[in-house]
Amino acid sequence: MGLKAPHSMGTTIIGVTYNGGVVLGADSRTSTGMYIANRASDKITQLTDNVYICRSGSAANSQIVSDHVRYFLHQHTTQLGQPATVKVAANLVRLISYNNKNMLETGLIVGGWDKYEGGKIYAIPLGGTIIEQPFAIGGSGSSYLYGFFDQAWKEKMTKDEAEQLVGKAVSLAMARDGASGGVVRTVIINSDGVIRNFYPGDGLPLWHEELESHNSLLDILNASGPEPMNI
Amino acid sequence: MATTMVKENNSGPAQLLGPESAFERTLYPYVTGTSVVALKYKDGILMAADMAASYGSTLRYKSVERMKSIGKHSLLGASGEISDFQEILRYLDELILYDNMWDDGNSLGPKEVHSYLTRVMYNRRNKFNPLWNSLVLGGVKNGQKYLGMVSMIGVNFEDNHVATGFGNHLARPILRDEWHENLSFEDGVKLLEKCMRVLLYRDRLLWFELNSIDSVNGPLV
Repeated sequence: MGLKAPHSMGTTIIGVTYNGGVVLGADSRTSTGMYIANRASDKITQLTDNVYICRSGSAANSQIVSDHVRYFLHQHTTQLGQPATVKVAANLVRLISYNNKNMLETGLIVGGWDKYEGGKIYAIPLGGTIIEQPFAIGGSGSSYLYGFFDQAWKEKMTKDEAEQLVGKAVSLAMARDGASGGVVRTVIINSDGVIRNFYPGDGLPLWHEELESHNSLLDILNASGPEPMNI
Repeated sequence: MATTMVKENNSGPAQLLGPESAFERTLYPYVTGTSVVALKYKDGILMAADMAASYGSTLRYKSVERMKSIGKHSLLGASGEISDFQEILRYLDELILYDNMWDDGNSLGPKEVHSYLTRVMYNRRNKFNPLWNSLVLGGVKNGQKYLGMVSMIGVNFEDNHVATGFGNHLARPILRDEWHENLSFEDGVKLLEKCMRVLLYRDRLLWFELNSIDSVNGPLV
């Protein structure tokens, strides 16, 4: 059968535009088969001061593509004399992704802010298609988020609404996707600059069938509450 | 649909070539568009395609333009791998740019663009690295209507009505029965809508937002 089913790329990555910039979000799990090689990885990588990229799929492939794009963008910025636009960054990513499509297995989301177009998100899935969207989701965890975003997304959100949406979405995906987990990292990019945030697992809301976390069984036993078996 | 083409054409040669060859080869599509349907009517061409791009069986992107106007006279619609379609658009941009730079009052018409695309597709096929698309090229120049198709292996032809993918099986029988010369604009649109409705019912990957453009003196959405 020629048409390959969608590749599962162990991650959840999200990029969302809001009124004034973009919010990028990702989980932090890197897996090698069933083993979690890195439980606190940073999948949101800097390309320039104002453009960042969310990486999914093969860690090696996505890192090398980012490195190449960062290198070219740096030269481009020097020659241009001003910050590169998000569109240029995204198209460089597309160029590398498309021309090496047989060797690469990586889905990327480029997001940033420039003075001409404001906040922009570009999705570059497997194969090297480039699609500009108001929001983009990627990685294996994104399968669980299509319906969520269809319902929860709205235009012209504020910065805080957007960041909350991203945090909620990544955490929902982490709850269901075995290949996503760890912490939620977000990066907010706007005209004022870049803000990185970090939400550890126990800071996130609980979803269906998830249990309260405790540091130790002893805390429960020592608490004057119901007997352990009757929780 | 792209899948049926793969069964017929690519499993053979790809196997014959043996393990990992040094050069590149597009083996399978990832993000794909489904059918395009087009017909000639009294004053020009009518073309319809939906706005979806699928990723396997997921309808992943729902506002993708799969039809673009080329130069002053033509309209290109594509099904298949979207990244390859985007690359074809870049080639055509360059072609039209160079044509304009001659500044000689002449401009490439649909017949010429169709010929160019056929050469591109066929040459890529010969290198075992096809652009994974089925293209529909239609337009009007000097009152002459033109409608043609190019497949990913370079098969090309001209006809009064064409379709790609599922449209070949579902829309063309309708068109064969009900198409006639000198269709009015309204009748043409109705006929196209009838085809798209059948595709909506029966093609799993179609999304209901349509992009229907006609090409008379210039494309309008």
